[in-house]
Amino acid sequence: MEEGIKLHIHNVSKTYRSDGHEVLAVDEIDLKIRNKEFATIIGPSGCGKSTLLRIVAGLVKPTKGIVRLDGNVISRPGYDRGMVFQSYTLFPWLTVKENIQFGLEISGMPKAQQEEIAQQFIERVGLKGFEKSYPKGLSGGMKQRVAIARALANNPAILLLDEPFGALDAQTRALMQELLTQVWEELHKTILFVTHDVEEAIFLSDRVFIMTARPGKIKAEIDIPLERPRSYEIKATESFLNLKKQALRLIREEAIKAIQCRE
Amino acid sequence: MKGNKEKEWERAPRGLEDFLSPREPIPKRLYLVLALSSFAFFLLVWSVLTYGGFVDPLFLPSPGRVFRAGVDLFVELEFTTDILSSVYRVMSGFIVAALIGVPLGLFMGTFKVAEALTEPVIGFIRYMPASAFIPLFILWLGIGDIEKIAIIFVGSFFQLVLMVAVVAKNVQKEMLETAYTLGARRFQVIWKVLLPASLPGIVDTLRIIVGWAWTYIIVAELVASASGIGYMIISSQRMLRTGNIIFGILTIGMLGLLTDYFFKWLYDRLFPWVE
Ligand SMILES: Nc1ncnc2c1ncn2[C@@H]1O[C@H](COP(=O)(O)OP(=O)(O)O)[C@@H](O)[C@H]1O
Ligand SMILES: [Mg+2]
Repeated sequence: MEEGIKLHIHNVSKTYRSDGHEVLAVDEIDLKIRNKEFATIIGPSGCGKSTLLRIVAGLVKPTKGIVRLDGNVISRPGYDRGMVFQSYTLFPWLTVKENIQFGLEISGMPKAQQEEIAQQFIERVGLKGFEKSYPKGLSGGMKQRVAIARALANNPAILLLDEPFGALDAQTRALMQELLTQVWEELHKTILFVTHDVEEAIFLSDRVFIMTARPGKIKAEIDIPLERPRSYEIKATESFLNLKKQALRLIREEAIKAIQCRE
Repeated sequence: MKGNKEKEWERAPRGLEDFLSPREPIPKRLYLVLALSSFAFFLLVWSVLTYGGFVDPLFLPSPGRVFRAGVDLFVELEFTTDILSSVYRVMSGFIVAALIGVPLGLFMGTFKVAEALTEPVIGFIRYMPASAFIPLFILWLGIGDIEKIAIIFVGSFFQLVLMVAVVAKNVQKEMLETAYTLGARRFQVIWKVLLPASLPGIVDTLRIIVGWAWTYIIVAELVASASGIGYMIISSQRMLRTGNIIFGILTIGMLGLLTDYFFKWLYDRLFPWVE
């Protein structure tokens, strides 16, 4: 096991077969995510980002290649890889608190301890007072905060986030980014985040990977040396804007290539 | 949101075109008035036809006569026994169908193996009308309760299984996947996610199925029976007691409505969390 590497996606490809034709969704991706790193994959929609995350989660089997977490080959889903989806996935029959305790209860943890941990994460994501609410009474932003708290409460080795703010309006989205940054700066979890929003990627991450249009490959990697703790004001600084320019240029080249391929 | 929209209604001036816009909400009171007036209109037409002497009372008795026929039915002809015997048959057939059909439907909607094994067969049987089984079941089982219950079972079971399977299939895939990534094993995903997520859909399916069961029982009792609401209707026909027939039909309607409301009430009580 390589020093400081948490997750190694090793030459992973995925071909979907449906009704006789094949779709190469992910093409020979090799990616190393460092321990306690906030890494983001950015790419156009349909390029295989969700597929890649599902493979890491163990929900989809790769056609080729393997994924190692802490050196161990992944073969199926487990609590050590928590995941948050873009669509709302709270269990609607459970309250906010019960949702957050779901994984803990399954692990057989004593009730008192479950409640203590749940309470701690409810406060961390700013949902105090909503413990007993059902998801139906929550806004989209609140639902995603519960989903993040639920994944974190389980204390996974890595957190996988698949466009978790994709369905939110711009203002809520910005606030959620701040909240996630703050949580990350406190907990230093290894995070693999997926988005198609350049600003979001730069604001949150230590490193950004740019993925090509389908079949998805990693085209480039940008280090984000912006200092922490980060606040929303950083989005207007020169260094931020330079990084944004650099990323946009790379993405544009990709988009042009994708269009030419189609023609 | 909804509340605001209704309040705007109170203030804004309205023309007829506002009430005839597709799916636009209308004030609650207007809704109630319209609903009641449809009943009133029905009753009015009936009254004009009968009290006005436009039709032969032998074929269509007046509302008052039907009411009196109803009283007689309960007081002199033990109609309560008939009602209870129909209710008993419907509920027995329905409950047996639900006890077997719900788990089977869940299996079908959850596992492709179960789907392949059962779907084609059930999909085929479903298109055989339950009422066509009546002559066969009379030969096999006689004309007692068992035969009636068997008809109800055939009429509800196959539809129920397919509908429950669809409910289970429609459970959002990401919800199951989330459970896996929270450490749940397959069995736990089924028990703790798939099942609770399907329950509201199952109760709603049961509500629809029990409504159909009511139509099957009447057909079965009309064909051959010694008790039940359908039996009362067919014997009244022989004696030209149209008042009894109409009262019987209204009774079935009321019972259907009651079961429907019971299931709706149950749904609201059990699933306050549904959006
Ligand atoms: N279960 C599936 N079966 C067949 N094709 C799929 C499946 N899931 C995704 N795909 C295809 O794979 C490609 C990548 O999809 P996805 O990973 O969802 O991309 P992204 O998340 O980047 O939008 C798309 O062309 C999509 O249609
Ligand atoms: Mg996606």
